[in-house]
Amino acid sequence: MNQFQYVRPTKQQAAIDVVAKDANAAFIAGGTNLVDLMKRGVMTPQKLVDINRLPLRQIERAGSGLRIGALALNSAVADDRLVREKHPLLALALNAGASPQLRNMATVGGNMLQRTRCPYFYDTTMPCNKRQPGSGCGALEGINRMHAIFGFSDKCIAVHPSDMSVALVALDATVLLSGPKGDRKLAFADFHRLPGDTPQRDTNLEPGELITAVEIPDSPFTKHVHYQKVRERASYAFALLSVAAALDMDGNTIKAARLAMGGVAHKPWRLAAAEQALVGQPATEETFRQAAAVAMQGAKAFKHNEYKLRLGPNAIVQALKTAAAA
Amino acid sequence: MNAEPEQERPRDDSRRTFLKQSSLLTAMALVPGPVVSAAEAKLDERVAESIEKVPLSLKVNGKKYKLAVEPRTTLLDLLRENLHLNGTKKGCDYGQCGACTVHVEGQRVNSCLSFAVMHDGQEITTIEGLANGDKLHPMQEAFVKHDGFQCGYCTPGQIMSAVACVREGHAGSEGEIREYMSGNICRCGAYSNIVAAIQDVKQGGQKV
Ligand SMILES: Cc1cc2nc3c(=O)[nH]c(=O)nc-3n(C[C@H](O)[C@H](O)[C@H](O)COP(=O)(O)OP(=O)(O)OC[C@H]3O[C@@H](n4cnc5c(N)ncnc54)[C@H](O)[C@@H]3O)c2cc1C
Ligand code: SF4
Ligand code: FES
Ligand code: FES
Repeated sequence: MNQFQYVRPTKQQAAIDVVAKDANAAFIAGGTNLVDLMKRGVMTPQKLVDINRLPLRQIERAGSGLRIGALALNSAVADDRLVREKHPLLALALNAGASPQLRNMATVGGNMLQRTRCPYFYDTTMPCNKRQPGSGCGALEGINRMHAIFGFSDKCIAVHPSDMSVALVALDATVLLSGPKGDRKLAFADFHRLPGDTPQRDTNLEPGELITAVEIPDSPFTKHVHYQKVRERASYAFALLSVAAALDMDGNTIKAARLAMGGVAHKPWRLAAAEQALVGQPATEETFRQAAAVAMQGAKAFKHNEYKLRLGPNAIVQALKTAAAA
Repeated sequence: MNAEPEQERPRDDSRRTFLKQSSLLTAMALVPGPVVSAAEAKLDERVAESIEKVPLSLKVNGKKYKLAVEPRTTLLDLLRENLHLNGTKKGCDYGQCGACTVHVEGQRVNSCLSFAVMHDGQEITTIEGLANGDKLHPMQEAFVKHDGFQCGYCTPGQIMSAVACVREGHAGSEGEIREYMSGNICRCGAYSNIVAAIQDVKQGGQKV
């Protein structure tokens, strides 16, 4: 592993200053992604700013919503009474991710900034535009089983691996940021980027910006929710594909719906058209099939991930069925 | 996923492996063998000389330590190499197998993915700290009784995780136990005995 300087500020502004001034500095929270990538030589920060002493762990009511500090642990959020009451979908998605040990280390901020699990990104002997801009994309003509079917470019076809983020985009969350130019808020849907010509940039975070919290507005999606994760074994594996589904029901009629997919794009993929297709419809398999067909419009597969075109609609139907029955 | 626990090796050897896997990976792919060995030796020296050590206080298994460590040292390496607590095992070294599970402030974590300096002032419990003097922890006894180990490599991590699983209240059913033990991979397949051991402890109702 490369050597690095280690600093442990107790003031938020000090932490931001260090990272804003030095392009080779990085924040470290749980370390579960960064340490992994450093061990493999994929990321080589020269300076680590340990943010664990900043007071960003609170989970609390804020206006008509819930504010979750960036350093709240994945396990703490999943177990939190308010989260379970107001946003059970978030708890389901978190518990579908990683392992109990990792969830005890992984933070909310770190989770949404975790990097792709594309094997070529991880292998420093292979070309990868995300790791090394301009070097090419190993996955385009390679083993692209895990890769995107929406929103990719010819520069990068990687997917974002976070389960939590799929729930957050469905729940209309907002990210709170603090940087050298002050504080700002960003809709979670605008936080991650599509690869375009700059796949090395996963998000719209500016250099030195610190995630301080996420806010989730109260919504009627507190009961009929489900997170469907399809993976190669029963637990403890990244998603091949996942679906977050939330319904607001009036008897058997769908009043409103939220739908998002993971493992299909460079960002958590909200399915707005499919949500619209569900509104006012009876909660039947027929309705769900139609919405799934709408959701998959525009999907395009590569050599090894064709299965996602069939798996996608089935997972959507399953998620909606389970949500409706909840 | 690579979850095969490696054999324990002498320390020098594991350090070499470690370097190979990290900073030298790119160079390794491009240059022939003898050159690599030379470069590797040099890098090792240079790194050892210029690293700035960070002061660190820890309480491990009830005992206080004041240390100065390289920031690159993982909690796992600190426990095994600096404190010679070899009970905690290094399996994958990438958060995938659970062999390195310890408790930090009572919570189970993978010690391989955490820099030791991040735990300044915290309390760590390893498998060595679980027994009360000569008396085994109830979970250790249950693992013995139910034959919860075969080669035993994963066992310390399994036991640390099993204790946490009961404490967290996630040992309600066999299904729940399996889900909440999924971060601990056993290549010998002792899983059903492990589940039985956890159920035994949970039903015994002893304080763990
Ligand atoms: C074996 C394994 C299996 C896993 N399985 C899953 C899974 O199934 N689903 C899933 O979703 N995840 C999974 N994960 C990923 C895990 O959830 C992430 O590694 C974790 O959430 C990252 O959080 P962290 O706090 O440890 O981040 P860190 O590793 O500390 O940081 C990650 C990145 O975020 C930056 N950062 C952290 N906090 C902030 C902040 N507040 N502001 C600005 N920048 C910040 C860091 O600089 C770094 O670049 C798995 C990980 C492993 C090792
Ligand atoms: S898909 Fe993206 S991350 Fe994977 S090799 Fe191509 S450029 Fe790199
Ligand atoms: S050694 Fe495998 S998880 Fe840490
Ligand atoms: S790895 Fe051998 S007993 Fe689990």
